[in-house]
Amino acid sequence: MKPFDYQRIRTVAEIGARHAAPTRFLAGGTNLIDLMKHEIETPDQVVDISRLELAAIEDAAGDELRVGALVTNTALASDERVRKHWPLLSYALLSGATVQLRNRATTGGNLLQRTRCYYFYDTARPCNKRHPGEGCSALEGQNRIHAILGASDQCIATHPSDMAVALAALDARVTVRNLEGEERELPIESLHRLPEDHPEQDTVLTPGDLITAVTLPAPPAGEQRYRKVRDRSSYAFALVSVAVVLEVRGGEVENVRIALGGVAHKPWRARKAEAALLGKAATEDSFREAAEAELAPARGYGHNEFKIPLARRTLIATLRDAAAPSSEETSL
Amino acid sequence: MSAVNVNGQSVPLDDDPRTTLLDLVRDHAGLTGTKKGCDHGQCGACTVLLDGRRVNACLILAIQCEGHEITTIEGLGNEKQLHPMQQAFLEHDGFQCGYCTPGQICSAVALLEEIRRGEPSDVTGPGQVTLSREEIKERMSGNLCRCGAYDHITEAVLAVSDKNASGQGRAER
Repeated sequence: MKPFDYQRIRTVAEIGARHAAPTRFLAGGTNLIDLMKHEIETPDQVVDISRLELAAIEDAAGDELRVGALVTNTALASDERVRKHWPLLSYALLSGATVQLRNRATTGGNLLQRTRCYYFYDTARPCNKRHPGEGCSALEGQNRIHAILGASDQCIATHPSDMAVALAALDARVTVRNLEGEERELPIESLHRLPEDHPEQDTVLTPGDLITAVTLPAPPAGEQRYRKVRDRSSYAFALVSVAVVLEVRGGEVENVRIALGGVAHKPWRARKAEAALLGKAATEDSFREAAEAELAPARGYGHNEFKIPLARRTLIATLRDAAAPSSEETSL
Repeated sequence: MSAVNVNGQSVPLDDDPRTTLLDLVRDHAGLTGTKKGCDHGQCGACTVLLDGRRVNACLILAIQCEGHEITTIEGLGNEKQLHPMQQAFLEHDGFQCGYCTPGQICSAVALLEEIRRGEPSDVTGPGQVTLSREEIKERMSGNLCRCGAYDHITEAVLAVSDKNASGQGRAER
């Protein structure tokens, strides 16, 4: 680990111009400390934000829920309101990592974790995300866990978070504070970016920006499902995951929101599948057409070709499962 | 001088903020029960309790723990007075080489508290959390055992849970 200057702050007001220099905000540390050990992250300053008062989950106007950036993954997944009204988020969180990691990992940190691409971690191999312009080793290398949607010839890494996939399907909003102390709010969908020609930028955040909260809109009508396919039954990243919010009325899709994980550089909001389903009969045929619409532009790079049919089948299965309880209700 | 509280004792921090909690516990406090396995948060050998919650000591800077309470395997029990979980690991043959065992035991002790608090897991259905073999396996997935003593570890955790629950009915299987 490269030496760094450690600062502990108690209020966000202590963040200022000096933090425009290479700085990392440290909270749970479950990803950052690891990356610093690998010397992939080599900040000059580490600002310990873990004692800021951002660890509360609060009811907000309009039946929304405001989740402080320092709320741990354990606390968020266990919260009675989340379990009851946004179970998708609880399921997604609990499908990720281990209890030890979830006890430390925070809401803000989970969003900002880096890819687990083997070549991003292997400092002996070229990686455009580590060193722009160096080349992508995954394109022609071991790319079984890599992206099938939205990748570029610069980077085919995936975003590893389960939580962010659920948040995408829930239309969550992220509150960000900049170096000047101004706050802005952006849809979760706009936080992460596709690699394009700048894979070194995972998100649209700029130096000194700090995520302070994530807001869940009022609980959506319908069923919520999170389905994760992985190499082992616990403690593994998603090969493919699907988050679904589905409302079926009189056999027709009244409302649907879908996000995919493990398939792209960001949580992938499946807008094409949603458009294909809205107002259609909630049938196997509609689900297949929706999945095919979304995956039509999917592209494999060799070892990850299997993810295309896997994503299609997982999406269909998750929709089928989400539709089942409502269809039963309708038939009563 | 800044310090971290480990098993009720104050352990001074050094001047290097890079020191992890794991290195502080082993090299500074001399408490070598906690093991360094992968040093990257993947194996769970370094599991300790931070304010009662299990964490990977290798992924935490010691300086972050100032003012917090750390409990290691040495703080749970000793040769003269074993913690019930240590006793159960002996009785159920919950280890072979023993390298992962301190982490497994710290993890298992915390697990029973998490069940008591009603915290869900990936295998928990809606409603109340009850202990089962499936729950234990899922909740212990952050502790690897390369000898493969998993089944006996599960039995040890169930046995302690049963003992705690005696008088209130056995844990559901």
